[in-house]
Amino acid sequence: MSALKIKKGSTKHSAYNLRSDFSDVTETHTLAVLVDNEAGVLARVIGLFSGRGYNIDSLTVAEVDHTGHTSRITIVTTGTPQVIEQIKAQLGRIVPVHEVHDLTVEGASVERELALLKVAGLGDKRVEALRLADIFRANVVDSTLESFIFEITGTSEKIEAFAELMGPLGLVEVARTGVAALSRGQ
Amino acid sequence: MVVQALRDQGVDVVFGYPGGAVLPIYDEVFQQNDIRHVLVRHEQGAVHAAEGYARSTGKPGVVLVTSGPGATNAVTGITDALMDSIPLVVLSGQVPTFMIGTDAFQEADTVGITRACTKHNWLVKDTANLSGTIHEAFHVATTGRPGPVLIDIPKDVQFASATYTSPQKAKTSHYQPTVKGDMDAIKELVEAIEKAKKPIIYTGGGVINSGPAASLLLRELVDSSGFPVTSTLMGLGAYPGTGKNWLGMLGMHGLYEANMAMHDCDLMINIGARFDDRITGLVSAFSPNSKKAHIDIDPSSVNKVIRVDIPIIGDVGHVLEDILKIWKSRGRKTDKEALQSWWSKIEEWKKIDCLSFKQTGPVIKPQYALHRLEELTRDHDRYICTEVGQHQMWAAQYLTFDDPNRWMTSGGLGTMGYGLPASVGVQMAHPEALVINVAGEASWLMNMQEMGTAVQFRLPVKQFILNNERLGMVRQWQELLHGERYSQSWSEALPDFVKLAEAFGCKGIKVDNPDDLDEAIMEMLAYDGPVILDCLVEKHENCFPMIPSGEPHNKMLLGEATTKDAIGKSGAVLV
Repeated sequence: MSALKIKKGSTKHSAYNLRSDFSDVTETHTLAVLVDNEAGVLARVIGLFSGRGYNIDSLTVAEVDHTGHTSRITIVTTGTPQVIEQIKAQLGRIVPVHEVHDLTVEGASVERELALLKVAGLGDKRVEALRLADIFRANVVDSTLESFIFEITGTSEKIEAFAELMGPLGLVEVARTGVAALSRGQ
Repeated sequence: MVVQALRDQGVDVVFGYPGGAVLPIYDEVFQQNDIRHVLVRHEQGAVHAAEGYARSTGKPGVVLVTSGPGATNAVTGITDALMDSIPLVVLSGQVPTFMIGTDAFQEADTVGITRACTKHNWLVKDTANLSGTIHEAFHVATTGRPGPVLIDIPKDVQFASATYTSPQKAKTSHYQPTVKGDMDAIKELVEAIEKAKKPIIYTGGGVINSGPAASLLLRELVDSSGFPVTSTLMGLGAYPGTGKNWLGMLGMHGLYEANMAMHDCDLMINIGARFDDRITGLVSAFSPNSKKAHIDIDPSSVNKVIRVDIPIIGDVGHVLEDILKIWKSRGRKTDKEALQSWWSKIEEWKKIDCLSFKQTGPVIKPQYALHRLEELTRDHDRYICTEVGQHQMWAAQYLTFDDPNRWMTSGGLGTMGYGLPASVGVQMAHPEALVINVAGEASWLMNMQEMGTAVQFRLPVKQFILNNERLGMVRQWQELLHGERYSQSWSEALPDFVKLAEAFGCKGIKVDNPDDLDEAIMEMLAYDGPVILDCLVEKHENCFPMIPSGEPHNKMLLGEATTKDAIGKSGAVLV
C-alpha cells in the first residue's frame, strides 16, 4: 500500500475535507461496505465503479452475519481525495448498503490478504523456495516431487515481495483473495 | 394482489401496455374500478406520462409493462426519471421463474438492464414477498432524493396466491435518508447571510421535489432577505417568475443578469441544485470569489463538481425552516447598504435586456410565438411541458412560472420525445387544467404515436409545435462549431401536421404569419379536445444568450454578432 499523505485519526472528516482545495494527488484507500446479502448487490457495487470510472485494486466479499444476511465488501481503491469522497457518497446511496467505512482515515486498521502460490522446480531451487517460505512463514499445503503450493497470509506488500522472490524459483501460478480489513481497537 | 397493493398506496392511475408476461396483472386491472389504466402506444410513452403525472402532482407515477421489449422500451424513460429525480414505480412482467435464463420468448435481464438506471430494483421470486416489495418500492421511490424503481415480477409469481401484507405491516426499510440538516452548518450559513454583500440564491429541482411547503419557505427567505434569486431549468416555479427578486434562469442559455450575478457574487446559496455542467460552464472559473453553501438531500451531490464551503445535507424544506428560525431569532439581519449597491449593479446587467428580439417581416420568430403564448395563456390554470432543444430553452426564457409543479421538462437526460407523453400524464392528473406541450417538430415526431392516447382518453392536450424544419439546437452548434456544415440536421419529408391531426381524430391548425398567430392560439385554447398547432417559425434563429462550451459565466454570447470563433478547441469536445 502506498504511503498515505493524510492526517490519520479523523473520524468525521474525510481526507478531502482536511485539504484547502481539490488535490491531484492520488491516494489508496481501503473501504469496508456492509450490505444486505441480496441478489445483485455485488453487481450494484461493481457497476457503480465501472459506470463512474473508478478504480478497484482489490475486492473481497462474503456473508459475515448469517442471521441478519449482511455481507462485508472490502474494496481497495485509488483516486484523488475528491474521487474517494465521491466513491463513498455514491456507495452510501445504494439502497442495500448499510454502512460505508473508510478504514484508511478512520484510524488504525489491520489489513490481511491470503495467497496460494504454486512453485515448480528441482534441486537447489526447490530447497531455496522452501527456505524462503520458512522466512515468510508460508505454509506448504500441497507437495509433489516437482512442485509446492504455498499458503501465505499478510499484507499485500508482503505477498508481493514473496511472489517476486518465487519468480526465478519456478513460480507457476498465483491465486490471491484480495484484502480483508478491520479497524483496530473497539 | 398487485392491484390491492397499488390501491393501498393511493394510486389512482397506471400508465401501461399489456403483453404475455403481465396478463395476470391485467386480468386484475380488468376486474376493478378504483385504478384507471391509461393505455399508451409505446412503453417509453408510458414512463414519460408517469413522469408528467408525478412532476405535476408530487405523487409517484406508476407504470405497468410486459417483459422483454416492454421493459427495454421503458429504459429511456426510466433513465430520464433518474436524472431528474422523479419518483416512479415501474412494474414489469417477466417470464416464469423456471424459464429465467433459458432465452425464453420475450425474456430480457430486466433487473440487470435497469440496475444502472433505477434508484433500486427487485426481482420478486416468491409471491409471499410481492406485496411487501411493492410497499418497499414506494418507500424507496419517494424517500430521500426521489427516483424511479422497478419491480420485475415473473408470470408464475403473478399467478400464485399468498397472504397479502398491508403497507402498515410491511417490513420497514433501513433506507431512511437524513432530512434534518446539521445545525452548526446552518448557523454558519445564517452568519454568512447576515454578512453577505453580494449574495445570490440559486435554486434547483430539489425545492420542487421537497414539496410546496419548501417553495413557500424559499419565497419567505428571498422576500424577507431581499436577496436575488435564480434557478436551474428544473427549479422554475419554486420562486415566482413575476417575483421582484427574480433574475430568471441561469446557465448555458440562462439570462445575462443571472449568470453575471453568479460570477460576481460573494455568497452563493445553492438550494436543491447539483452544479450541473449546463449551469457551471468552465468549472475552474466558476464564481471565483464566492463563499458557497449547498443544501442537498443527496450527499453524493455535494463536492462532486464544485467544492463548497458550507455543505448542508438534508431536505430543502426542513433546512430552510431551520435557517429561517435561526435567522429570525438573531434579528433577521442583512447588510442592507451593500445589498442596495449589489442590486444597482444587477439592474445595470438587466438593462442589457438579453431576451429582447424584434418581430419584423412575415415570418414568425419563435421568441414571438412564445411571447404571445405567454400573453394569451397567463391567466389560465396552466401546465407546460416541453420536448428538448431550442424551443425548450425559449420556453424556459419567455414563459413565466409562478408556482411549482407547473413545468415539466427533460433536464438531465435531455430526452427528445418527452413532452407529448408527459402532457398526457399531466392532463390525466389535472383534467380541467390547460396543458400545453411546447415542442419542436423533430422531438415531437419521436413519440407522436401518443396522440392516439390523448384522443382515446379525451385528454385536451395542446401541442404547440414550433416548426423550423430543423434540429434547431444541433443546427446552432454546427453553425458555431462545425463550420456551418449542417450534417443531417434538417427535417426532410415532414408530415402535414393538420392532416396528421385529422388522421388521429383531433384538431390541427397551421399558422405561418405573425398576424394570424394570436387567432391560431385562441382557436387552440377554445377547442375542447386535443389540438396540434403547427407554428412555422424562422428556420435559422439561434438561441441566445449562450455560454459557449468551455467558457465561464461572464463570457456570454448575447447575439449573432458575437458568435464568430466563440468556442475554442477545448470547448469543442464538450457537449
